[in-house]
Amino acid sequence: MKKNNLSNLETYCKNTWCPGCPNFGILEATKRAISELIEKGIAKENFVLTCGIGCHGKIVDYLNLNSFYSLHGRSLCTAQGIKLANQNLKVIAFVGDGDIYNEGISHLIHAAKRNSDITVLVHDNRNFALTVSQFTATSPKGFKGSSTPKGSVEEPINPLELVFTSGGTFIARGYALKIEHLKELIIKAIEHKGFSFIEVLQPCITFFDNRKFYEERIYELPEINLTSQKEALEKIREWDYKNGDKNIPIGLFYKVEKPTFEELIFSS
Amino acid sequence: MEKTNDFSILIGGEAGQGSRWAGNLIAKIFNFLGYKIYVYEDYQSLIRGGHNFSQIRVAEKKVEARKEKVDFLLALDKKTLSLHQKRLTKKGMIVFNSNRLNSKEGVGIPIEKIVQEMGGLPIMANTALVAGFSKIVGIDFEVVKEVLTRELKKGIDLNLKIAEKTFQETKTYFKIKKFKKSKTTILTGNEAVALGLAKAGLKFYFSYPMTPATSIMNFLAQRDDLGVKVVQPENEISVINMALGSAYAGKKTAVGSSGGGFALMVEALSLAGQSETPILIVESQRAGPSTGMPTYNLQSDLLFVLSAGHGDFPRFVIAPGDSEQCFFYAGLGLNLAWKYQTPVILLLDKDLSENTFSVNEEIFERVKPEEIVSWNKKGDYKRYQITKNGISPLAFPGEKGIIVKANSYEHDEFGISSDLEEVAQKMQEKRFRKYQTIEREVAKLPAVQVYGRKNSKIALVSFGISKGASLEAAENLGIKLIQPVILEPFPKRQMNLALRGVKKIFSVEMNTSGQLAKLLTQNGIRVDGKILKYTGRPFFPSEIERKIKKMV
Repeated sequence: MKKNNLSNLETYCKNTWCPGCPNFGILEATKRAISELIEKGIAKENFVLTCGIGCHGKIVDYLNLNSFYSLHGRSLCTAQGIKLANQNLKVIAFVGDGDIYNEGISHLIHAAKRNSDITVLVHDNRNFALTVSQFTATSPKGFKGSSTPKGSVEEPINPLELVFTSGGTFIARGYALKIEHLKELIIKAIEHKGFSFIEVLQPCITFFDNRKFYEERIYELPEINLTSQKEALEKIREWDYKNGDKNIPIGLFYKVEKPTFEELIFSS
Repeated sequence: MEKTNDFSILIGGEAGQGSRWAGNLIAKIFNFLGYKIYVYEDYQSLIRGGHNFSQIRVAEKKVEARKEKVDFLLALDKKTLSLHQKRLTKKGMIVFNSNRLNSKEGVGIPIEKIVQEMGGLPIMANTALVAGFSKIVGIDFEVVKEVLTRELKKGIDLNLKIAEKTFQETKTYFKIKKFKKSKTTILTGNEAVALGLAKAGLKFYFSYPMTPATSIMNFLAQRDDLGVKVVQPENEISVINMALGSAYAGKKTAVGSSGGGFALMVEALSLAGQSETPILIVESQRAGPSTGMPTYNLQSDLLFVLSAGHGDFPRFVIAPGDSEQCFFYAGLGLNLAWKYQTPVILLLDKDLSENTFSVNEEIFERVKPEEIVSWNKKGDYKRYQITKNGISPLAFPGEKGIIVKANSYEHDEFGISSDLEEVAQKMQEKRFRKYQTIEREVAKLPAVQVYGRKNSKIALVSFGISKGASLEAAENLGIKLIQPVILEPFPKRQMNLALRGVKKIFSVEMNTSGQLAKLLTQNGIRVDGKILKYTGRPFFPSEIERKIKKMV
C-alpha cells in the first residue's frame, strides 16, 4: 500500500469512474475549491466529507480529507450529526440524485428547513447509473432505463424549487463540465453560513449522455438580487427538468442569512 | 390488610384527571416515610377520557412487582370502582370522589366541592384525594405539605390550601408505620437510563417520539444541568444516522425508540458495526407485532435485537430489570460502546421504562466515564489499523495533521473502500477478533444476577421487568432466580456458574414463543418449562408461583 501523502488532496485509491465521466469535473472543481479555501486559512483537518451510495460516493475515496462514507440517502443525516458535534468543521455532503431525491428526500427537506450549516453537492446524472440505469426523481418522463424499457411514466421534480420551498438559504446550480464556474459556486457554498445547496448537472456519458442537450441550453445567470424570493423563484422555475426547448440557468439563485440550526440548538 | 407493612394502593380515573401524578405523589409521600416503592402505570393511547390507573406498592422491604390484590382503592371516577373493586382485599378500603360516584362501602370525600370552594382548578381534585387518603391512614399534614411543596412547580399555595381543607374534613381510621429513612430516591426506568447515560458522559441524545421510550428524551430535554443536548430529527432513520455522525466527530451519543422505530434504524445499526462507530441504542419494547398495543408491554423483541442488522458484526445486548440496574447498565453500556467502538443495545420494556422503583442513591457513584482507546499520535493515523484485539485506536476529524476516514463500504486500514479479497478477509477477521475480545470482557462483567435460594435445584430464568415478579415468586417458593443482564455476547461462564446444581429450569418472560428460552437453548442450556404471559400486562408474583407449583 502506498503511503498516503498528507500534503495534497490525492489518495492512492484507483479511480473507477467511466473514462471521461463528468464526475471527474466535479472532483477537479472540488479540489480547486478546497485548495483555495485552505490557502485562505481554513485548516485542512477541518474539512469533513460525507457521501451516499452511487457513482458519486466514490469521490470521498479520491480526496485525502476526513470523510464518512455513509448509507444510501442518509449522508445529510451523517453530515448534520458531525456539524452538531463539532461546529469548527466544514461539512460537505456529496449526494446523488437517486440518493437524495429518491431514497433520502425527507432528510433533504428537513436539513434545508432547519438551516443546518452544511454544504450539499448533488451529482445529478438523472438516473441510477451504478445499478445499470433506472429512472430517478429527476429523470425526464419517458426515460428508458433498464426497469422502464417503454419509458418511465413519472414527471420529474425540480429539486431547486423543493429546496427553496423547504427553507434552504443558499441555492445554486452548476454544470459538471464548467469546472471554474462550479469551483466558484463550491467556494461560496462552503463560505455560506447555513444550508448551502448546489445541484450539479452531471451528464452520464454511459447511460444518459445529455451533454449536447445541456450545452445548447445552459447559460450563466446574470447578476440578480440574491435575497429576492420572487426573482429566485422565477429563475428556478425557468427550467422544469423536462425535455424541451427551455433554457437552463446555472449559477447562484438565492442567498440569505438566517440563524443556523447548530447556533439555535446551542443557544437554547 | 397484611401485618407485614406491605400495601397495595390503586388510584384511577379518566385520562386528564391526573391519576398518574397523584399516584406519583403517593409514592413520594411513602418514600418520605421510609417505605420502598414500586409504581405500575396503566394507561391507554388517548389524551382524554378512557381509564388510567396507577398501582402503588409500598413496603418495608424492596418490592419490584405489583400485587393482584388491592388494599386501598382510590377512585377519582366511577369506572375505577367498577373495574377494580373485585380486587379489593377483605379488609381493604375504598376512598372515593363523592361528587362523582356513590359507594355503600368506603369513605367518600367531596373532593370536587372542596376544590371549587377553595377556588382551585378541577384537576386539583387529585391533590385533594391524596390528602384525604393520607389523613385516613394517619400521615401527618406536615409530611404531605413537605412533599407537595417539593413536587409542585406552580400553584403551591392553592394546592396546599386544598390539601389542608381536605385534611380537616377527613377522619383518621388508623395509623401506618414510619420507617427509618435511608438514602433512597424513586425513579422510573427511563429516568434512571437518562441519568446513567449522562453520568457516563453522554453529550447528545437523538430521538423521535415513540412510546415507551419518549420519556428519556423528554426528561433529558428538561434537565439542562445534565449537559446532554436533545435533538429530535425527522424520523428514526435520521435519528441514528445523525447520531453516528456525532459519534464519528467525537461526542458520546445515544438514541432511543421502541421496536418499530428500532426496525427503521436497523440499516444504520449495521453501519455502526461496519464503520466501527460507538453508539448506544435504547430499545424499549412494547406489545407487538406492528403497532400492537402502544401503551402495553411484551418482551418480544429479544430475538430481533440479538440478530438485527445485515452482515456479521459485534454488538452488546444488555437488558436491565429495575431502575438501579437501568442506571448502572446504561452507564456501563455507553462505556462499552466507546471502549469497543461498536453498537450497544440497551433492551428495556414498557413497564421497566415507565414504572417507578426505589433506588438506593449509592448506585449513582458506580458509574463514571471510562477512558477510550485513543490514537497515540505516532506515525500515520489509520482509522482501521489491524490490531491483535481487533480494536483500532480512535481519533476524530479536526485533529491536526491526520485524516480520519470512516466507511460503510469494506475498507483498508486507512478507510478507503476496497473489494480486494485479502483486504476483505483481514477486516472481517479484525472485527471478529473484536467480537472475541468482547466475549472475554463479558466474562469479567456483572453479566448475570442470581437471587433466592442458592442451592435450589429449581431455577427461574428471567429478564427485564419480569425479573421483579420472578424474584418475589422465587423468594416465596424458596427457589433460585437467575437474571442474565448481558444477553449478547452470551455470558456462558457466569450462566454455568449460576446453574451449578440446578436440575430444573423455567424461563419467565412476556411473549408467546419463549424467546429467552430459545436463547438459552441455543447456548446449550436445557429449559424444562416456559412461564409465559402475553396479555400486555406484567406478571404478578402469585401467577408465577401458581404455575411453578403446577409444573413441579
